[in-house]
Amino acid sequence: MKVTIKYFGLVAEAAGKNEEVFNFEGTLTSGELKNKCLDQLSILDRDSVQVAVNQNLDDTIEIKEGDEVALLPPFAGG
Amino acid sequence: MKKVFVQGAIPPEKIAQSVANHQSKTNIGAHSIFLGQIRADVVDGKTVAAIEYTAYEEMAEKVFHEIREAAFSKFDITCAHIYHSLGTVKIGELCMFVFTSSAHRKIAIEATNYFVQEIKSKVPVFGKEIFEDETHQWKVNN
Repeated sequence: MKVTIKYFGLVAEAAGKNEEVFNFEGTLTSGELKNKCLDQLSILDRDSVQVAVNQNLDDTIEIKEGDEVALLPPFAGG
Repeated sequence: MKKVFVQGAIPPEKIAQSVANHQSKTNIGAHSIFLGQIRADVVDGKTVAAIEYTAYEEMAEKVFHEIREAAFSKFDITCAHIYHSLGTVKIGELCMFVFTSSAHRKIAIEATNYFVQEIKSKVPVFGKEIFEDETHQWKVNN
């Protein structure tokens, strides 16, 4: 399955890009996908990064083809 | 829906203009305004010169809308306006403007506090604190 993952803030900085197409076999939850990506990017502090699927924070949902996945580092608005 | 994000700093004139725009709404008895200003924090001897804001814009606009809906159901406010910067905002400049209006002050003040808290904790906005020597660190809301 192919999904596009959007990166933001320090995650985008670590990746050197704003998004990436991720290929995987079988099924993955959003939390598992997040951990795989963070491992690739050598980001150790997994808990500080949240995952959004179709713009909703959720680390337990099963990823489907065409989902919009985003890795979100700590928020700093205001 | 009106867009929340503005490119660069929020000009102080925008605040005066917003107040002026509400003077014809005579059921309003109180406005409450929050202005976020970029602070020259010092970290390990280095001084912050600016913050560069980025956002997951589509999700952020959706969350701003949800916060707005929740605020209107919680508080008896007449209107509410939110603006947040994207891009570079220098120290001393404004990066956020929350403006609520109500018949009475207490409701307006509580609503503004609610907006600020919710925005800080729920909206996917990211801030790169740029120091005077051009190094940087990523800001985290407490």
